[in-house]
Amino acid sequence: MAEPFETLTSLPMPLLRDNVDTDQIIPSREMKSTGKTGLAEGLFAGWRYLAAGGRDPDPAFVMNDPRYAESAIILSGRNFGCGSSREHAVWALAEAGFRVIVAESFAPIFAGNCVRNGIVPVALQADAIASLAEGGTPVTVDLPRLQVLSDDGRAWRFSIDDESAAMLREGLDAIDLTLKHADDISAWQTCDRSARPWVYLGENV
Amino acid sequence: MSTAPRTLFEKIWADHVVAQLAQGSALLAIDRIFLHERTGAAALNSLAQAGRVVADPARVFAVTDHIVDTRPGRDDRTLMPGGQAFITETRAAAHAAGIRLFDVNDPEQGIVHVISPELGIVLPGLTLIAPDSHTCTQGAFGALAWGIGSSEAEHAMATGTLRLKKPGVQRATFSGIPAGCVTPKDMILALIARHGAGGGKGCVVEFAGEAVDAMNMEGRMTLCNMATEFAAMSGIIAPDEKAFAWLEGRRYAPSGAGWDAALQSWLQLRSDPGATFDREYAIDAGELAPMVSWGTSPEHSIPITGKVPEDANARVLEYIGLEAGQRIAGVPINAAFIGSCTNGRLSDLRLAAKALRGRRVASGVKAICVPGSMQVKREAEAEGLHRVFLNAGFEWRESGCSMCFFAGGEGFAPGERVISSTNRNFEGRQGPGVRTHIASPATVAVSALAGRITDPREVM
Ligand code: SF4
Repeated sequence: MAEPFETLTSLPMPLLRDNVDTDQIIPSREMKSTGKTGLAEGLFAGWRYLAAGGRDPDPAFVMNDPRYAESAIILSGRNFGCGSSREHAVWALAEAGFRVIVAESFAPIFAGNCVRNGIVPVALQADAIASLAEGGTPVTVDLPRLQVLSDDGRAWRFSIDDESAAMLREGLDAIDLTLKHADDISAWQTCDRSARPWVYLGENV
Repeated sequence: MSTAPRTLFEKIWADHVVAQLAQGSALLAIDRIFLHERTGAAALNSLAQAGRVVADPARVFAVTDHIVDTRPGRDDRTLMPGGQAFITETRAAAHAAGIRLFDVNDPEQGIVHVISPELGIVLPGLTLIAPDSHTCTQGAFGALAWGIGSSEAEHAMATGTLRLKKPGVQRATFSGIPAGCVTPKDMILALIARHGAGGGKGCVVEFAGEAVDAMNMEGRMTLCNMATEFAAMSGIIAPDEKAFAWLEGRRYAPSGAGWDAALQSWLQLRSDPGATFDREYAIDAGELAPMVSWGTSPEHSIPITGKVPEDANARVLEYIGLEAGQRIAGVPINAAFIGSCTNGRLSDLRLAAKALRGRRVASGVKAICVPGSMQVKREAEAEGLHRVFLNAGFEWRESGCSMCFFAGGEGFAPGERVISSTNRNFEGRQGPGVRTHIASPATVAVSALAGRITDPREVM
């Protein structure tokens, strides 16, 4: 279960490109862990290291700039998180300490995976992202107010659906939310069992 | 009760709504869950760590297909470094949860979307999910089947439901009957090439029309398989006599009086006349030629008689090593791959074998055939197809995903050009720097023989 999110202030790491896909976030060859952890080292591996599979940092990649060592916010472009639905991309980001991705737009599956893992997907206009990046100063993300604030007091609003916001703020797990409907589910199944008995394999096979 | 005409998708959706949630979402009942070793252990272990149990293990299945070795004599060891742990941990987690696992050397092992229909695990009107984007393949049986992430798999196992926003619905109607050597793979590539890799975004796409009616179940699976390359949540086809005949007698399908009752209910599973779709596509299958991809997205596909577009993106051209305006037929290849959940079933192998019989692949071409399941492999061997492949110079493998994707183990070499019966030609899909051309098994087979991309109509 993710830590509840209210507000966060951090120097954002600019990764200003479009279509950062999940294979770039974590290449298939870096998905060495059978669990949700042990993935941070593989984050952005194709850009971060000089050779495929190697661990020598490429100084040209922003993540290797010591100024951003503690960044918890990424700034990026259009269609962030597109490609394969692998949730490892989000697990790797979370393990590496990122709690917010500010981008022009997100691939829907990726955005859903973010919320389930305590990362806030914030969609802003390109010019807002550009000014946040140019500032080179800390940025505050205020989830209750749905605002992004720059160091010099400028503010941009963003939107997120109520359920996602509630899950992020309370660190709630979708399973807990659904289990509030446990009675509905068992009533539905009782009814369905007589309508479609072939669905319920336990009894038939 | 409303009498408004409904689509097939809407009927299945309505049948599964447990509760309406805020903002147009619903809590949807999930009938079947299929895990594989790449993410199975992560989902099951995370569930167990949270102190939760699988609500109904009899409706959850798992298989080792993605990183399992496909060379003869295989065991848990994999060519992917560290891959063995995925297999052993998925096995342990599946046993602990009481889930049926189709293990490495199980006679029913195979690619998840191939074995699920073989075993009658997918049935018309069901909701079926798997943490794999090609789960849409199984929509060929009139089920609502789609790929999900690991957290959603956990959610479905723990609650028997998913929280879901209702998708849109589109219909692609293929009229006419395709000419010889034009296969369902060519039809779906034509749809994606014409309407873009994002055409079906957020929708369920129903496939219909004369060409689909005439198609066998394996072809329908190929068609639905690539709905995800069209950005659709899934593809679906109304189940008919062919679907019922395929399923009858399969292990997990109902039998006796149960079968009759199920059949009665399945006969309702078709879009009502007058049902409306968010978007409709019409394609004359009779006018299509065999298709092949030239670039790094399935939408970069052209008739095999065609040329790389003049306005092709420079970065894509650099990766793929072709020039704008170049004819695609005749481009030399280094390797040929036949297999995958797209085109690794018996009829695909028969089609390829028809081209290969009594011939040899061009010298220097690495050619590999990986049956989609162990059952496909046994059936192919019973017909002697393995000898056709072996005599032609193909490797004949055990079942699995194999070189459909690169997991860090076995792959083709950087810069190598591969003609492949798979579904994705993305950069790096079959290994770093590998250039993939996707096409039908017929086109792959004749190209392997010629050592260059070849129109199957010239040979077959
Ligand atoms: S065969 Fe390829 S596309 Fe199909 S499930 Fe396996 S890796 Fe995915």
